[in-house]
Amino acid sequence: MSILVIAEHDNSSLKQATLSVVAAAKAIGGDIDVLVAGENVGAVAEAAAKAEGVNKVLVADNAAYGHFLAENLSELVAEVGKGYSHILAAAGTTGKDFMPRAAALLDVAQVSDIIRVESDDTFVRPIYAGNAIATVKSSDSIKVITVRPTAFDAVAESGSAAVEALDTVKDAGLSTFVGEEKAESDRPDLASAGIVISGGRGMQNGDNFKMLEQVADVLGAAVGASRAAVDAGFVPNDMQVGQTGKIVAPQLYVAVGISGAIQHLAGMSDSKVIVAINKDEEAPIFQVADYGLVADLFEAVPQLEEELKKVV
Amino acid sequence: MKVLVAVKRVIDYNVKVRVKPDNTGVDLANVKMAMNPFCEIAVEEAVRLKEKGVASEIVVVSIGPKAAQEQIRTALALGADRGIHVETDEEVQSLEAAKLLKSVVEKEEPKLVILGKQSIDSDNNQTGQMLAALSGMGQGTFASEVVVEGDKVNVTREVDGGLMTVALNLPAVVTTDLRLNEPRYASLPNIMKAKKKPLDTTTPADLGVDIAARLSTLKVEAPAARQAGVKVADVAELVDKLKNEAKVI
Ligand SMILES: Cc1cc2nc3c(=O)[nH]c(=O)nc-3n(C[C@H](O)[C@H](O)[C@H](O)COP(=O)(O)OP(=O)(O)OC[C@H]3O[C@@H](n4cnc5c(N)ncnc54)[C@H](O)[C@@H]3O)c2cc1C
Repeated sequence: MSILVIAEHDNSSLKQATLSVVAAAKAIGGDIDVLVAGENVGAVAEAAAKAEGVNKVLVADNAAYGHFLAENLSELVAEVGKGYSHILAAAGTTGKDFMPRAAALLDVAQVSDIIRVESDDTFVRPIYAGNAIATVKSSDSIKVITVRPTAFDAVAESGSAAVEALDTVKDAGLSTFVGEEKAESDRPDLASAGIVISGGRGMQNGDNFKMLEQVADVLGAAVGASRAAVDAGFVPNDMQVGQTGKIVAPQLYVAVGISGAIQHLAGMSDSKVIVAINKDEEAPIFQVADYGLVADLFEAVPQLEEELKKVV
Repeated sequence: MKVLVAVKRVIDYNVKVRVKPDNTGVDLANVKMAMNPFCEIAVEEAVRLKEKGVASEIVVVSIGPKAAQEQIRTALALGADRGIHVETDEEVQSLEAAKLLKSVVEKEEPKLVILGKQSIDSDNNQTGQMLAALSGMGQGTFASEVVVEGDKVNVTREVDGGLMTVALNLPAVVTTDLRLNEPRYASLPNIMKAKKKPLDTTTPADLGVDIAARLSTLKVEAPAARQAGVKVADVAELVDKLKNEAKVI
């Protein structure tokens, strides 16, 4: 068996998620190569070469891949991936964009968002917002799979794989990059942070999220949100946690003014410890919380900041 | 220009999903079914494009059992002009759905195809991308804004790091995210009118598409339940527990 892992990165650094995808590849078993496609990705390739268990890093360095346009990436992945039994990528917005396209070009199905490997052709994945867990078996000759990074422990960075340049350039000519609005933040990345504090509709406005940011700064935490808080314009879309937003599984998840709708739980219920602060003692979030505090968040959150400062 | 919208019949998002005791799937007997929420957003976007004079005709297509016609009628009541039902009682997976849609696209030749980014049952997030690949079109996935300009469409996408805008040659595929729009409700007169709008039926065999599934579901289980924990009296107790009991801070 030979497995191709597509690295997730931003052209300058390798995303932690890639190390979890390599872990999933190891669980399948076989030779593991990593494909780094992007523009000026020398540092990313070097980082990928350190991922434990990787045999070879293939580098496609070209402007055509600089913005990860799915039309170009999928052609590259389909061509390079033809020689492998499995193609894996993280189930982030980049992988979700180009992987199904690559699968279709190869005329194979995709298994989305796996959380466990049963064997080389059988995988476990959540369906119905995590209300059911399906075990699926693929009959395709090439298995195209996206991996939920939080479900696999990242491999160590102790390896030293060979790095090889590819000269294949695929420009489908169907799409161009126009611009981006990146949410800049000095806080840890939401998807891989050890502690996440999220606010919901109960926060009332974007300014009040500052209260959560202050707590986050004490804890070195990332800040997330419910869909309702994003829809209301309190915070940007990339902070949404849930079935259709980001999946997080930190050591500690603090839900503030969030009712606990099933679509929100789908994104955080694998957290190790869940804390809920809500003024409604009947709120469903308390059914999954390890520690529940029935309180007005406008009193509790500033107190939390003060108490935490004393102990951390 | 003509816009094609694909919609899927799924379990209503408010329904509490239950796994069948024999672990073969989830229980869909006598549960409320509805249009997938992301598909509602797709229909709404098409209707808005028509109201702006950008779209001239909206064709809505659904793949599934006879009952999927209810969702097509809903889309017609919301403002679509005509429906196509690809009727089958078989399970249709993403790749096969994309192949069926590709064949509809070849017949209808729309300038824009709008789909939901994922359906809330299988949570796959694949069909739009696969359709775009098979039809040789560009794809604007997870859209929060769609602007048609001449022979291009600019799509602003919700991505992990924020927002990203791409320009696609038309024809193109767009998949919707939550913030694209807020779907309207169908009015009673429009629901009545929708009953008279044309709805054609076809089948996978008519379209010449093999829909045999590549993935088989071996079992479906309920997730491990999380136990509700304890209520704490105040913030001081909470911090104490986090530090000394859970040891996570
Ligand atoms: C297709 C689809 C996809 C979805 N995807 C997602 C998703 O990915 N993520 C997601 O989060 N949601 C998602 N949703 C939405 C989800 O169903 C809920 O509507 C949403 O999660 C509710 O957000 P909320 O808990 O912030 O708001 P609400 O449900 O309105 O809850 C607000 C809570 O704040 C509490 N509160 C108010 N004031 C205070 C105060 N002063 N002090 C303390 N507590 C207070 C209230 O008691 C209440 O419990 C999706 C829905 C659909 C249909």
